[in-house]
Parts: sequence; structure tokens; C-alpha cells
Amino acid sequence: MMIPSPSPQPGFWAATAMIAAIILTSTAGEVLTAAAMKSIGDLDEIRARSGLKGAFRAVFTCPLFFAGVSFLALAFFSLLFALNHMNLSLVAPASASLTLVTNAIAGKIFLKENVDRRRWASAMLVCVGVYLLAH
Amino acid sequence: MAHARLTPRQYLILGLVSLCAPLGDTCLSRGMTGFPDITLAHSATLFTVVFTPWIALGIALLIVFFASYLTALSWADLTFVLPATAFGNVIVALFARFFLHETISLERWAGIVLITVGVGFVAHGPSLTVRPAIQPETLVEAANTHKEQAG
Repeated sequence: MMIPSPSPQPGFWAATAMIAAIILTSTAGEVLTAAAMKSIGDLDEIRARSGLKGAFRAVFTCPLFFAGVSFLALAFFSLLFALNHMNLSLVAPASASLTLVTNAIAGKIFLKENVDRRRWASAMLVCVGVYLLAH
Repeated sequence: MAHARLTPRQYLILGLVSLCAPLGDTCLSRGMTGFPDITLAHSATLFTVVFTPWIALGIALLIVFFASYLTALSWADLTFVLPATAFGNVIVALFARFFLHETISLERWAGIVLITVGVGFVAHGPSLTVRPAIQPETLVEAANTHKEQAG
């Protein structure tokens, strides 16, 4: 089967806006989801105590979880939209690597996580690594 | 409960997080390149493409990823789990090199080394930020202050 070649790539600002939309929505979604899972507690322990139903109930009755999933859904459709206009080799490394950095910042500010030098170094190494790997 | 070190089962969950995300993204990309350009004016078309085989397979893989990701976030920090998700790119690249015999450029090998070192860095640290528990004396002090203010 022939794979249709993508149409001409969008301009700099259009590409930046599409990638920024993915980064912002996915960072908001991931931070909200992480906050939801922290408020729920260890899912393995909940499942051991109240079974799989209990674990599902704990997740699906948490409003923060739905806020997070809504933003992740927005990020998903932003990704589909961007993939329809740009090559995966541009969209994937740019959005994945920059999201790592924005998440480290958001994790420190909003989730009060202990983002020590080890984690900053890791985020930066993985950010550059993802860019090199997928570029 | 804070886990300073992960159990084999938790490593398995992180493995699923790593592998399912890049495979799912690859399926989505394969599916979306088969469609003509979708404009903002016809963005509702995005909802119809989810029923095509490549996109459906991509979504199925991303559902497995999301379930594993949620489980991981319930016992580890976001800044611990996220580098682990990037490790999947390394697995996919190595798979392409050794099973599909694709050529990996020097840049990509550099990327593989950087991600592996980065994930190794974070994996050697604690998986969860430990917050100090509230001491009983603190609670008694707070209750006394409240009583004084009420009195």
C-alpha cells in the first residue's frame, strides 16, 4: 500500500503554535493526573484491599482525574492535528523533549516534588537525548 | 506508602509505560499520514479517524500505556516516571537496529546514550518525595491554640 506523502510543511509560527499547544495541554494534563493519583494513594494497595472494582472506583470518583484526562484528550487531538500537518520526526522530538522540561518545572511548582539536581540533570539529558534520537 | 526502591512488579509497570507509548505514537503517525490535510474548519473529522485500524491500534496501545502510567503515578513522582517513559524510544531504536537491521546514525547513538544515562540517574534516586508526617505534639499545640482563640 502506498503511503501518501504529507503536504508542504507549515511555517515557523504555525509549527510553533501547534507544538506549544501539545506541550501546554499535555503538561497541564500530566500534572493534574499526577495530583489525582497522589490524592488517591497507592493503587496496588487499594487493589489488594478492595479489589479491582475498588481501584476503578477510587480513580473514577476523583474530579482531579477527569480534569487531567480532559487536558490529555486535548493534547491527544492537538498531536493528531500536528501529525496531520508536520512530520513525526519534528513533532515527536520537539513535543516530547520540551514536555519533559515543562513537567519538571510544573512538578516542582504545583506538586511540590523534590526535583533535586539529579532529577534536573536527568530531565535535561533525556530532553537532549530524545531530540537527537527522534530528529 | 513511599517506596525508596522499586519491586520487580513496579519495574514491569514502568516497562509497559516505556514500550506502549512510542509504539502507540508510531501507529498514530502511520494512520494519520494516510489522510488528507484536516483543517481547523473541519476538525470534527478528527473524531471519525479514530475508527481506522492504525489509529485504533495506536489508541489500544495508548490505553495500556495510560493504565500503567496511572498505576506508576500512584507510587512514584511525576518527575521520576516521565524519564522512564522516554526510555521506550531507546527500546524502539534498538529493536529497529537489531531486528529490522536499520542503520542508526551517530546522532541517534548519542541520543540513546544520553537517555540511558538520564534514566539511570533518576532511577538511582528515590521514586517518591517523602514529606514529613505531622507529629502528634504539633496537633496538640494547634488544638490548644484554637481553644485559646475560641475562649
